[in-house]
This record gives sequence, structure tokens and C-alpha cells, in this order.
Amino acid sequence: MKVVKPGIVTLLVTYVIALTLMVMPMPATFDVFRPDWVTLVMLYWIIALPHRVSMGTALILGVLSDVLLGSIVGVHALGMVIVAYLAARNFQRLRNFALIQQAVVIAVLILLKRFIVFEANVFLHDAEFTLSYFWPVLTSAVFWLWVFPLLRKVRRQFGVS
Amino acid sequence: MKTLFARGPSLLSRLVLALACSFLLIFIDHRLQAMQPVRVFLNSLVAPVQYLAILPEQMLDNFSESVKTTEQLSAENKALKQRILKLQGQQQQLQFLQNENRRLRELLGSDARESARRMVAEVIAVASEPFSQQLVINKGTLSGVYEGQPVLDSSGIIGQVQDVGGNTARVLLISDQSHAISLRSERNDIRVLAQGTGDIGRLELMFIPHSTELREGDLLMSSGLGGVFPEGYPVARIASIVRDESLPFATVFADPVSALDRVRNVLLLWPTESEQQPIYEDDE
Repeated sequence: MKVVKPGIVTLLVTYVIALTLMVMPMPATFDVFRPDWVTLVMLYWIIALPHRVSMGTALILGVLSDVLLGSIVGVHALGMVIVAYLAARNFQRLRNFALIQQAVVIAVLILLKRFIVFEANVFLHDAEFTLSYFWPVLTSAVFWLWVFPLLRKVRRQFGVS
Repeated sequence: MKTLFARGPSLLSRLVLALACSFLLIFIDHRLQAMQPVRVFLNSLVAPVQYLAILPEQMLDNFSESVKTTEQLSAENKALKQRILKLQGQQQQLQFLQNENRRLRELLGSDARESARRMVAEVIAVASEPFSQQLVINKGTLSGVYEGQPVLDSSGIIGQVQDVGGNTARVLLISDQSHAISLRSERNDIRVLAQGTGDIGRLELMFIPHSTELREGDLLMSSGLGGVFPEGYPVARIASIVRDESLPFATVFADPVSALDRVRNVLLLWPTESEQQPIYEDDE
């Protein structure tokens, strides 16, 4: 008989908070700079707990993002899965990076995710390039400097392993 | 110490599986358009997240409401009363005109136009991606909202319902890149097709010949052709006409009459000929 692993509630709560922040209404001026919360939180958990959080989580979070953002189901899932794979592949290297170095890698990963989503949209219905779609790459990297210590604290506090 | 991936398939095979799932989902949703029943379920599933997301805003609104002074409230009350008076005056005239219109139409032997039924809904989320311009509203199938329903705000048409959940619905705005609407110029009845550009304050009119009689500033009303939108609601105003003879058609841009980025309350419309009925809550 398999019991529920400890800390599952903590994981779910962080996902729900990230999804909520993704759709929270904001003034249009700040809206373009909104960090990619879901990807940030997912990447943290992949780096911290690669044996628990990987492809399946990425796929589910991607599909939920698709439904919440109203895009074609599977588009965000595709981007999330590829980024999650790269992070899970190199989690040991990422763990040993300094926080600033991590932030740079995170920026590259989020850029990749956004590029995949954008290309998928171009392929599916001829989307036009808008530079503002890539602003969150920078803000996400900046926010990583706070998201990482915060989630580490959460992980240790609630003993998620 | 847990060993990594001691059980289960390797990371690479899981990647392949997840990628296959994503592509399959995209294919099912985009090519086969077969996701609608699942979408209703998924939309209902994520509705709590959407209601959670507007909670801080609602609390702030309530707070600012509760700290208003008596003078502010009475001033607002006065202004609103005056507005009601003015609107009531117009309403009387409207009723007279409607009756007259019906009589005249009966004389002509054409169908009378009934007024459509309406319901007010609140915007609870906006999609923050430039290539999909959508709103989420707080009414769904439980209120009788259906796919393809026209959505208005106080100044004009803003879009149509794209998909519905139990108590949320997603509205595709007229400025979305994949949306087009048939319009008619108010001044000279020229029919045009307006496509969204992905820029929230901008529509592009397609296939306009260089010799068109349209002018900058012309108001464009919905034409009622195409069957989705009712006839005669204001939609956009022509902002610029560029007649570049090297292109096959003139480049015409129009600005939506309603500020699509500032919509907070919307009006759902049930045209008389539609089979669906609005389901009002008891307190309305």
C-alpha cells in the first residue's frame, strides 16, 4: 500500500500560488513585465527534488497554464516539458552555481520556453512578433534571486524531500 | 539517500512521452477541435484559481468603498440620480420609437425586431499574452452562457464567447489576431471586414479598395451578417487610411470604441432568435 509522500500539500500550494499570480489582473503598464511564475516555481522544484518533480509535473502545469491563458491546449505544455527536461538533466550542475549564475541560466531557460510558445503560435495561427512578450525573461531572472531563497526556506520549513 | 530514477523509465523516455502528449493535445485541440467537452471540465477545474486571483483586488475595492466619506457618497449619489433621470428620458423616447418602428415594419410586412435579453458579468481575468487577447468573465453555462455569444460593454461590442465552463466563460476580444467581424459604416453603409491585429487598441479593415468613400473618423457599426453579432451596435472608428498605390488594397486601421484594456463589466446578449436562454439568479 503506497502512502502519500510528505510535503505533497506544500508542493500543490506553491503551484496554486504560482498559477494564481500568473492570471492575477494587473495594470497594463506592469502586465508586460509579469515574471513567468509557474516556470520559476517548477524550475526550483526540479532543481531541488528532481526525483519527485519532472516531466509529469511539467506537463500538467503546462496544460493548466494553457487552460488559464486560453491558448491551444498543449502549447505551454510543450515549452514547459522541454525546459523541465533541460533543468532535470543538469540539476546537479545548477545546484552548485552561485545564485547570480543560476539567475542567468533561468533567464536562458525562460527565453527558450517563451520562444517555443511563440513559435508554436506562429505555426498554429501566424502570430506576429511582439518584443513585449520577452520582457518577462529579464524580470523572471531578477525575481529568481528572491524566489530561490524563499522556496528553499519553505522546503526546509515543511520538510519536503 | 534516495537514488535517482531507481524505478521507472529513464528521463529521456519520459521526455519523449511528455512531448508526444503535448503534440497529441495540440493536434486534438487545434486540428480536430475535439477538446470542447474536456475544456468545459478543465475550465471548471481552474475556476477557483481565477476567483482566487481577483480576491486581493476585490478586497481593495471593498476597502476603498468602506473608507469613502459621506460627502463623496452623496456627491456620487447625486450624479448617478441625474444620470438615471437623463437615461429614463431617453428610454421613454426609445420605447416610443420602438413601437413606431414595429408598426411601420408590420405595415411593410417584415419581421419585427425584438429587443435582446441581457445579463451583466464581471471580468475576472485577462490573458496576458500578446497573441491571444481574451477576458475571463464570472458567468458560465450555469447562467446560460453559450459559445459564440456576443459580448458588449457600455460603449460597444468587445468580442464573443470562445469557450465556457460551469461558472466562467472566456471572451475572445475583437482585437485578437484570429478574430474578424463584419461591420458597416454608419455614414454610407459600406460593408467592411475588420480583423484584429493583436494590438489591443487597433483593428485592420481588410480588402478596402483605394477608391473607397470611407473617411477617417467614420463610425463602424456591426452589420449583423455572419450571424454571431446583432446588427447596429457601435464597434470601431476609422483612425487612419493610407492609400499606397503599390499595394492591392488601401491600409485602413480602426480603433475600437470601447477601451478593451480597461473593461471591468461586460454585457452578455441573448439575441431573440437564439435557442439558448439566460438563467438569472434569484437575487437579480
